[in-house]
Amino acid sequence: MSVQTTPGDAVVAANNLGLTFPTNDGDVVALSDVNLTINKGEFVSFIGPSGCGKTTFLRTIADLEQPTSGTLTINGQSPEAARRARAYGYVFQAPALYPWRTIAKNIALPLEIMGHGSAEQAERVARTMDLVNLAGFEQKYPWQLSGGMQQRASIARALAFDADLLLMDEPFGALDEIVRDHLNSELLKLWARTQKTICFVTHSIPEAVYLSTRIVVMSPRPGRVIDIIESDLPAERPLDMRETPEFLAIAARVREGLRAGHSYDEDHV
Amino acid sequence: MSQLQFFLALIAGGLSAIALALSLITPFEQGLLLKAFLALGVVSLLRFVVPMGPWADGVLAVLGATALLTSLEVFAPAPPYFWLALTVTWLFAWLFVERLSHTLAPRLSDNAGLGLLIPVMFGAALLVVWEVVTRGANVPPVLLPAPSMIGAQLVNSAPILWADFVQTFIKSVLPGYAIGCLSGLAVAILVDRSPFLKAGLLPIGNFMSALPIIGIAPIMVMWFGFDWQSKAAVVVAMTFFPMLVNTVAGLNASSAIERDLMRTYAANYWQTLMKLRLPAAGPFIFNALKINSTLALIGAIVAEFFGTPVVGMGFRISTGVGRLAIDLVWAEIAVAAIAGSAFYGVIALIERGVTFWHPSVRGGRA
Repeated sequence: MSVQTTPGDAVVAANNLGLTFPTNDGDVVALSDVNLTINKGEFVSFIGPSGCGKTTFLRTIADLEQPTSGTLTINGQSPEAARRARAYGYVFQAPALYPWRTIAKNIALPLEIMGHGSAEQAERVARTMDLVNLAGFEQKYPWQLSGGMQQRASIARALAFDADLLLMDEPFGALDEIVRDHLNSELLKLWARTQKTICFVTHSIPEAVYLSTRIVVMSPRPGRVIDIIESDLPAERPLDMRETPEFLAIAARVREGLRAGHSYDEDHV
Repeated sequence: MSQLQFFLALIAGGLSAIALALSLITPFEQGLLLKAFLALGVVSLLRFVVPMGPWADGVLAVLGATALLTSLEVFAPAPPYFWLALTVTWLFAWLFVERLSHTLAPRLSDNAGLGLLIPVMFGAALLVVWEVVTRGANVPPVLLPAPSMIGAQLVNSAPILWADFVQTFIKSVLPGYAIGCLSGLAVAILVDRSPFLKAGLLPIGNFMSALPIIGIAPIMVMWFGFDWQSKAAVVVAMTFFPMLVNTVAGLNASSAIERDLMRTYAANYWQTLMKLRLPAAGPFIFNALKINSTLALIGAIVAEFFGTPVVGMGFRISTGVGRLAIDLVWAEIAVAAIAGSAFYGVIALIERGVTFWHPSVRGGRA
């Protein structure tokens, strides 16, 4: 299943990666035999039903979970070394903004921790807030903003320290579809502008097809990769592109992959 | 007008009429103001014909209280209609507060001055009843002195009370509170960091906090002498454990996702502590600070019962009871109540400023 490339370009390289959680009811295989290489500048979506290990895989890349078998390298380093080198920004399912900090101070949080000077902090905060269209809300507290604005602030926070890899774990899962469409097209523009490598976990087929250059279809029990679909959609993607035959053909292939992985079986829904 | 208000108004007016009738057999010039008040009380029955604003009930209640207090000297002993007048005054005050809180309820929050009026009115009514009953019924001052006697004692003994306040509050409570709370906070951070301390110290902490204060106070007096140091030591012992237990709980209050976020930044232990876990523990820490503000005063006063130089609030209370100087004891209790409430109030105000972001505080700002 792996896509062979020159080693220099690989941002994430997983080889026979496996992860087993021991629980009271016996071991749960969250990831089994995952082979995947993600190259610089790609937008890779992970799709599958809950329990398929897509979030676990993202957390393993981020060194928030430790694999139990196989190898995983980020920029040629171990996940821990990559985390210590601040190689990635992580956007969680919830905004996780600290309520005692203003939006600007929340976005400055990683910069404070990484020891940037205050002038540089101010400059980066202003730049990333502009990037996510939040300029003017610097002095607001998170609880004074809507859910969509909070999630945009959390994306700005992940962008603030300019890591080349962006890991996004269902960032728009809790938002309504209208806000979600809007943020999806904004995310594409942001990706085009910043040239970052993005790993994006979702359980929405249209979202995955609309955003990605590559779609990784996963299936549960044990969590494994079923199919990897290359998207040949153009880089310029207006929202109404989702009605074109090309788009629907890719969506059908994703759905087929999910069906092949028994994702639609009764016990997985 | 609600059913309760209807009955209150009816009974107040009816009792006024009965009291006025009873008063007619006494000499006319005796207690004129009281009789005038009762007559107005009867007139208030007209409210069932012509509507009357809540403020009229307030004026009636104040008039009744004034009439009762000024006519206390006139009677010996007080006649039955006097006690009926007290009941009527109480009913008018009740009716006033009832109607006021009904009309104000929807906009109490943006009318702090009027919102304060209700508890003030309530407290004043209690004081009036206390004053009138103790003096009107000639209750021995040893059992319960009148508020006016306590007030006079507060003024006359101001230097003594001030010296006691300095000894107990400034010298014992404040240092003990500061040391107890700060060391509780520091130990909580240590406990949180070390599984060994968590397993070993927390059960002992719970055990120690169950120790009765009466038991440790004499021992502290033996260890640290008669002066304020032993009282401060008791306060330290009392305030340490609430702070320890609350802070340990508070340090675990941050969510897994918030801690994961710190991990993705490769933040070190101290950065995570200062930027996430301590701020998240804020509401817990302030909870302990508020509990401790009242515990500290109790501890210092009780500890003074077990040996003290001849100054201090607890000393004054214990010797005052022995010398039957009950009004001084009550004055001391009043000082302690005011000091304790003010201390708590200051902590609560600081809490509102520091943990403004917490859902329990931020209601008005969101």
